[in-house]
Amino acid sequence: MQEPNSAWAALAMPRYLVSSWPWRSYAYLLSSVPIGLLTIVVLIAGVAVSAVLSPIVIGVLLLTAFPLFGVVIGIVERQRARLVLPTGIRSPHAAMPAGMNRRERLKFRRREQASLRALGYGVLLGTFVWFFSAATAGLSAVILGITLLAPLIATDDTMGMGPWVLDTTGEGFLFLVTFGPCFYVVSSYLIGVVAAAQASLAKALLGPREDELRRNVAELRRSRLDLVDAFETERARIERHLHDGVQQRLVGLTMTLGLAELDLPEGESKRLVVKAHGEAEAALADLREAVRGIHPRVLVDLGLEAAVREVADRSPLPVAVQMALPNRLPPPIEAAAYFFVSEALGNVAKHANAKSCHVQAWINRDRLVVTVTDDGTGGADPANGTGLTGLVTRLDALGGTLDLSSPPGGPTRLRMESPCRLDD
Amino acid sequence: MLLREGLASILDRAGHEVRDAVGDADTLLAVVRKDPPDVVITDVRMPPGHSDEGLRAAAAIRAELPSIGILVLSQYVADAYLSSLLETTTGGIGYLLKDRVGHVTEFLASLDRVAEGGTVVDPEVVRQLLARRRDDGPLAALTPRELEVLALMAEGRVNASIAEQLVVSEAAVRKHVGNIFAKLHLEDGLDRRVSAVLTYLRRQA
Repeated sequence: MQEPNSAWAALAMPRYLVSSWPWRSYAYLLSSVPIGLLTIVVLIAGVAVSAVLSPIVIGVLLLTAFPLFGVVIGIVERQRARLVLPTGIRSPHAAMPAGMNRRERLKFRRREQASLRALGYGVLLGTFVWFFSAATAGLSAVILGITLLAPLIATDDTMGMGPWVLDTTGEGFLFLVTFGPCFYVVSSYLIGVVAAAQASLAKALLGPREDELRRNVAELRRSRLDLVDAFETERARIERHLHDGVQQRLVGLTMTLGLAELDLPEGESKRLVVKAHGEAEAALADLREAVRGIHPRVLVDLGLEAAVREVADRSPLPVAVQMALPNRLPPPIEAAAYFFVSEALGNVAKHANAKSCHVQAWINRDRLVVTVTDDGTGGADPANGTGLTGLVTRLDALGGTLDLSSPPGGPTRLRMESPCRLDD
Repeated sequence: MLLREGLASILDRAGHEVRDAVGDADTLLAVVRKDPPDVVITDVRMPPGHSDEGLRAAAAIRAELPSIGILVLSQYVADAYLSSLLETTTGGIGYLLKDRVGHVTEFLASLDRVAEGGTVVDPEVVRQLLARRRDDGPLAALTPRELEVLALMAEGRVNASIAEQLVVSEAAVRKHVGNIFAKLHLEDGLDRRVSAVLTYLRRQA
């Protein structure tokens, strides 16, 4: 049987009375008494010290530290709430930006709204919640205890129960078996409701709010985008390094060899220099090819359409390109679309037995859509294109998607979609 | 830096005078305005941005001083860059891979053609253009052989060199060239060779 994930769900299940939940509720309510008392003592002491010290600045400073006490209350109470909320309450605090020292960290937490809310919860806990918990759970526990002990007490003493007086063991037992179960049922549900209410209060004040959840999601998305962006920057850096460093040297080398060819008389040494020249040129061509796969220059300089046309031109089969893009898109999006087309055309040439291929790109309601369609035999397996798997990750981070439709017999159509902006 | 020195020494040896060797696009414009040379050789990428400053400088020089030949070198050629080079030009333009500088004799010949107002486009770019197979416009009227001849003309070759490349007689090449001029409706008197090449390149780029 599945464990309920909250006190309310536990109350609704038929075996509530024989489960651990009534006892958990007692534990939760009764444990709020010492913590509530401690909280209120610390708060009052804090206020008092601040008041006494307020003539000197330190008293005011102490007041500003109160939200930090809220943070501590939040940590403790979120843990305690696990008694009746097995899934726990998620922390509402934002992830701390990297590279802060301790002072900045404290300041960051102090300024969070969640800290103030937790402090407010602390005040409620210290004034009202612990008292109400003690009154309900305490009283109920005492009555339950007395009822259980009734046979023992009645043996030695007399017990006044309203109109009845119990003064023998048998009367005590009778009381236990008649009144006990009724009281257990009523009190367990009552206590369950109070505990559930308290847990709900804790969750409402100590848990993340809608906007804080949204912020966390946004933060995650941003950090993934940052990662994609970092890759892009790194690729650009490598490309520049290869172009401006290695390639320049190789060009210099071919120039020197070219000059040497002019001076050398026909013979073995000239033959070798010509050969070296040819090899240096082959290295240059290889390097150009490698750089194109890393970070194509045309993409940066002239944009997606020019770069896609270039890839299409290099493809061994005829590729028709139709693109309707009004303006340049952010670099990571252009790069994702470019590598999508490049990878897709590569796959078509390798696997599809196609005679021609069609690349289309357009903007549909703020989203970039690119499709690559071939007239091949179809039946492409999405698991086969390892290059495409990497692209899916990349598109995912941008908030985009990749679809493959390849019925047996064709045609095969790869389609990618991505937002046109990075911030939504 | 390395390249500039190497290039300067090649030009020196060939008897050309190197007026100035500068490192960025602004300085290039300044020295060209002060002391106009016959030909400007520039890289596509230049400091500070390392994007297409050289191309933009070339366009600026072409607009201000159209008589100066411009030879653009690049680490990497793509036909997509051609259109910006050819937008305003009437010849006297070259676009070559840097590697070609190493073939000193051919490079110097290309440079001379640019200085004379010819058009020289890297074989690699011409190959890309041919791969594009766009069947429209006046070029559609040309036979594959005529297109081949035109593509070689775009590389800056003279008839003799085209004949050698295609393993035909020079007379045959002349016949093809005549047909090309006729099909592209190029009148006598213009620099028909340059016009044909430009028609070809503009059409394709």
